[in-house]
Amino acid sequence: MKLLRVSLLVLSSLMISCFAFAADMKVGFIYIGPPGDHGWNYQHDVGRKSVDEAFGGKVETVFQENVPESADSERVMTQMALSGVDMIFATSFGYMDPVLNVAKKFPNVKFEHATGYKTADNVSTYSARFYEGRSVIGHVAGKMTKSNTIGYVASFPIPEVVRGINSAYLAAKAANPNVEFKIIWIFTWYDPAKEADAAKTLIQQGADVIMQHVDSSAIMTVAEEAGVYAFGQASDMSAFGPSAHLTAIINGWGPYYVKRVQQAMDGTWKGGEQTFDGIGAGMVVIGDMSDKIPDSVKKEAQAIADGIASGKLHSFTGPVNKQDGSAWLAAGETADIGTLLGMNFYVEGIEGDIPQ
Amino acid sequence: MLRFEPRKNRSKFLEISAPIIAVIMTMIFGGLLFYLMGKNPFEAIKLIFWDPVMSPTFAEYSRPQLVVKAAPLILIALGLSFGFRANIWNIGAEGQYIMGALASGSIGLALYPLQAWYIFPLMIIGGILGGLIWAMIPAILKIKFNTNEILVSLMLVYVAEQILALASVGFLRNPEGLGFPGSRDLSKYSSAANPELISGTGIHLGVISAFLGVILLTYFLSYHRTGFHIKLIGQAPRAANFAGVDLRYIIIFCLGLSGGLAGVAGMFELTGPAGLINIDFNVGYGFTAIIVAFLGRLNPVGILLAGLLMSLTYVGGELAQFMMNIPAAAIQVFQGMLLFFLLSTDLLVTYKISVKTPIRK
Repeated sequence: MKLLRVSLLVLSSLMISCFAFAADMKVGFIYIGPPGDHGWNYQHDVGRKSVDEAFGGKVETVFQENVPESADSERVMTQMALSGVDMIFATSFGYMDPVLNVAKKFPNVKFEHATGYKTADNVSTYSARFYEGRSVIGHVAGKMTKSNTIGYVASFPIPEVVRGINSAYLAAKAANPNVEFKIIWIFTWYDPAKEADAAKTLIQQGADVIMQHVDSSAIMTVAEEAGVYAFGQASDMSAFGPSAHLTAIINGWGPYYVKRVQQAMDGTWKGGEQTFDGIGAGMVVIGDMSDKIPDSVKKEAQAIADGIASGKLHSFTGPVNKQDGSAWLAAGETADIGTLLGMNFYVEGIEGDIPQ
Repeated sequence: MLRFEPRKNRSKFLEISAPIIAVIMTMIFGGLLFYLMGKNPFEAIKLIFWDPVMSPTFAEYSRPQLVVKAAPLILIALGLSFGFRANIWNIGAEGQYIMGALASGSIGLALYPLQAWYIFPLMIIGGILGGLIWAMIPAILKIKFNTNEILVSLMLVYVAEQILALASVGFLRNPEGLGFPGSRDLSKYSSAANPELISGTGIHLGVISAFLGVILLTYFLSYHRTGFHIKLIGQAPRAANFAGVDLRYIIIFCLGLSGGLAGVAGMFELTGPAGLINIDFNVGYGFTAIIVAFLGRLNPVGILLAGLLMSLTYVGGELAQFMMNIPAAAIQVFQGMLLFFLLSTDLLVTYKISVKTPIRK
């Protein structure tokens, strides 16, 4: 099996090097971790491969894994640009300032930065409305919990993560008014040992459904052993917990990557754009639903996903108060994009504080 | 049975040629590895060793990057080498590097946006003290309670990482950063910035300090009494004891020196190449420097060369990764081979292998 994989790898790389002469365009990707993480980086690499497939030999893709979010990333991108890469996808938040620095030096190279907020003439950003997916799995979690306690392993107290917690909580609360959230912050995106410890603690505190905003599959494994439920993060993780895995929020970068590369080839690509797509555009995909979920709940969850995709539903629809009881959204009002992007408060009903 | 016996007469020629032999061996075996992976071994090795320095496409950018990447490694390894000579094992330079950056960063950020000449020197002092104080914890615990400095200094790395995370999302977070982790960019705050001094060379104050450090510490090791004591403890601890060397002073000195140098390395990195305090600010210089120290045979000039060599394999390794789709793990294996061959040829210079049949009575 290993041999087969290695030889496939060798074969595909030989093919890539053959195509190299014919390629009209060269696109580079940099990853914060290894594409074998079955999470964040894996999905970006899936996106890269769909660029390979979509353009055949016309576009050559290169990538570099394990690039730290530091001065090293600036060097990697500069070397890529020097080697003749026309477009670079920098797939982690911390590459933000390095991207801008390198972009200034290479005005003819197009940069796409994931999850950041700074742009330039040749830098655009893209991110996904993961919180839309959290509305769907939040509903499932609310329906599936018997102990009415949902555990949540969170990474860093940044707006994206806070947004996810709020969205999941509102959906779970709507599905089950008695639901309670227990949240543990572990200050890392990827640390299987810490993630597993946090999940165990939550289970001891009575949680029977675990949600996560960290990248590894360790929580799924713990959930499987403890006989509780969990959700796949970034990609389908059912292989790590066949009976624990309820469904997954899958990051679908492929369509966006193909679209942007096509625009670059056509000359219609623009810098300074900020894409923030969700279920509707296929950037957030809800995975297969487990047989453990009753059919009625599956239907409700699907209806939420469809509603969000068509724009009929919004994850944040009033009336919603902030945690301190002050009014945030009036009845029927939906959250504006500015508040969502900078979200730094819990909604009413969530206990505990966001670490400062 | 194989035995290692110390060589009585070491060959000067072997001593000089050993590293060259090691590099050639790495090229042969590394090339074989790349070949087995279906990559062109000659191209890969050219990308790693030659292109960062000589290629017309990359060299102009990569050459300065070599010194930028080597500077923190050299600074930290210099400090560590003193302790290692005296059997004082500071494994926690990574933590001291973080604390130096945090201390200097706190000073710079507290004074922002004031523009004044004294801010940068204050930050240097802050960097030194940050690392030094962090290193004093294992030093004092060792003197007072005879704790193991390896464990204490290593564990304090993880504590420092937690403080770094806390600072990035909390007390040092950029108030204009929309709640995202990370401080202001100090390299864009001119009173606190450590910019490139001569355009296109990559040389910043940290690089100059590393070179100065090599000269000063070479002198110190050869002519200063403490330098002599450190060498003595390493080579003949009993003799040092009889000669009245105060071990407590040496412990404080070695940990303080390595902590201070690691701290100031963090300071220069923060204000220059890195720019801002963030959760992933540290990338392992403190650990890699341990290898650099031994690779340089604990000798300041050796450390200078070892630091540059390590940095070459990093920068060249990155080129090989994305130019030829060689996975990062294979590059790490290649780096590992280099270390292995360097250390094993070194062993063969100092010892000879003799085959002896054990005599049974």
